[in-house]
Amino acid sequence: MTQVTNKGIAEIYRRESRGVLATLIRVLGDFDLAEDALADAFAAAVEQWPRDGLPKNPAAWLVTTGRFKAIDRIRRKARFDASLTEVVERLGGTSVAAVEWDGEDMKDDRLRLIFTCCHPALSSEAQLALTLREVCGLTTEAIASAFLATPSTIAQRIVRAKRKIRDAGIPYEVPERRDLPERLENVLGVIYLLFNEGYSTSAGEAATRPDLTSEAIYLGRLLADLLPEPEVLGLLALMLLHESRRPARTTEQGDLILLEEQNRTLWNRELIDEGSALVRRSLESGRVDAYTLQAAIAAVHSNAESAEETDWTEIVGLYGVLLQLTESPVVELNQAVALAMRDGPAAGLARVDAILNRGELGDYLPAHAARAELCRRLGRTEAARASFERALQLTQQEPQRRYFERRLQELQN
Amino acid sequence: MKYLCLVYSAETELESLTDAECMAVSESMAAAGQRIAAEALESVQTATSLRVRNGKISITDGPFAETKEQLAGFYLIEAPDLNDAIRVAAEIPAARVGTIEIRPVRELKP
Repeated sequence: MTQVTNKGIAEIYRRESRGVLATLIRVLGDFDLAEDALADAFAAAVEQWPRDGLPKNPAAWLVTTGRFKAIDRIRRKARFDASLTEVVERLGGTSVAAVEWDGEDMKDDRLRLIFTCCHPALSSEAQLALTLREVCGLTTEAIASAFLATPSTIAQRIVRAKRKIRDAGIPYEVPERRDLPERLENVLGVIYLLFNEGYSTSAGEAATRPDLTSEAIYLGRLLADLLPEPEVLGLLALMLLHESRRPARTTEQGDLILLEEQNRTLWNRELIDEGSALVRRSLESGRVDAYTLQAAIAAVHSNAESAEETDWTEIVGLYGVLLQLTESPVVELNQAVALAMRDGPAAGLARVDAILNRGELGDYLPAHAARAELCRRLGRTEAARASFERALQLTQQEPQRRYFERRLQELQN
Repeated sequence: MKYLCLVYSAETELESLTDAECMAVSESMAAAGQRIAAEALESVQTATSLRVRNGKISITDGPFAETKEQLAGFYLIEAPDLNDAIRVAAEIPAARVGTIEIRPVRELKP
């Protein structure tokens, strides 16, 4: 008999609870009931495992126990509410009496949960909150602090989302093959949004929120394991390659350091190698998608000794392919910056001005920041000052504000 | 589950669709056993709004809400879940020019 400690159970909770919850939601057909069942199952484990030993398959034990506890709960309630009798019959019926067990089932349940939480019929705020709560297991308080909202706002958002899932009949399923590309795009969008909010916060004191990037990477890894489509690998690669630079992106005081000026020896080599390998794996599929292209660009940076030694021609070319695919002015802006590195600031500035003159990106901070930097390099101090000031107006993030003020100060001297 | 698919569109946009196409889609929904009812509506200019307040009927000309996109028709369908309802609604010709609002039907409790 395996000795079981509370620490051991806590470890199993950390590893298995999200998967067990995903399966319980399918078996019980209800989010709240499944959450209660999960709590009941672990309470039973704490009591029984130290006494009886660890079951051979703890996850299966937890699902079976959770299901029985849920039926118990409903039976007790059914005494007062006749409408629940039918639910008891359904759950206790022979059709689900024996929960068939294999790892594949649980894997599929985790995918079902991701696709349900990221269903496009839910608002994007609700998708984010629900994914963090149900798939990542974050508390309402943790989610609230991540999005600078109150816990009651987040709790309400989650309650409403669950109600919509139930009342509108959002199914607990992985979409059919023909719907998969669009629906997967939405899931990847949720994960990427989460990552970006952690990588460069939209407002507040801190420039980065490592707690959010690590949840996004966790989701990316999970999805890459469950559904290794090229764009899933591409997104994971992109996140890992960006995350690898985090130790070098800010000073000890939390001030931002530009890519060019970062101490590259601080970059996390392990993440770079993993990310670069994922880019290669994704490209081998012969399909090309926006995430993989962005990851490929990040990989070129990651594998260069310095800004000067970066293969800017390669980067300009990759942005060109990405631009054809997305037709996004943001991508065009990034290409303009790469162009400035390859052909000099005047060439880059001409492109940036062309984009801004089209009236696009007028309120997009990086466009003004890029323009300011290129003007500064060209010695056009007045134009640089105006653009830094515009960027300063647009930022809501404290470290960014300090950065632009510093730049303005330098122009004066 | 039953879903009501409400078709909203600017009325001028609907002119690009033919009745024949709309009927064909409706027939194929029926053939799949998913159509409970489906109808197109006359122009919003024909709309009459009614309220009963304190037992008194008041009648006004026009729709409930003046909007750019008008209610132009509906499909009441049977579908196992929202994903299937979305699949069915995507076939509605007016989805290409307007918006289909998909609403689950609430069963009234006796």
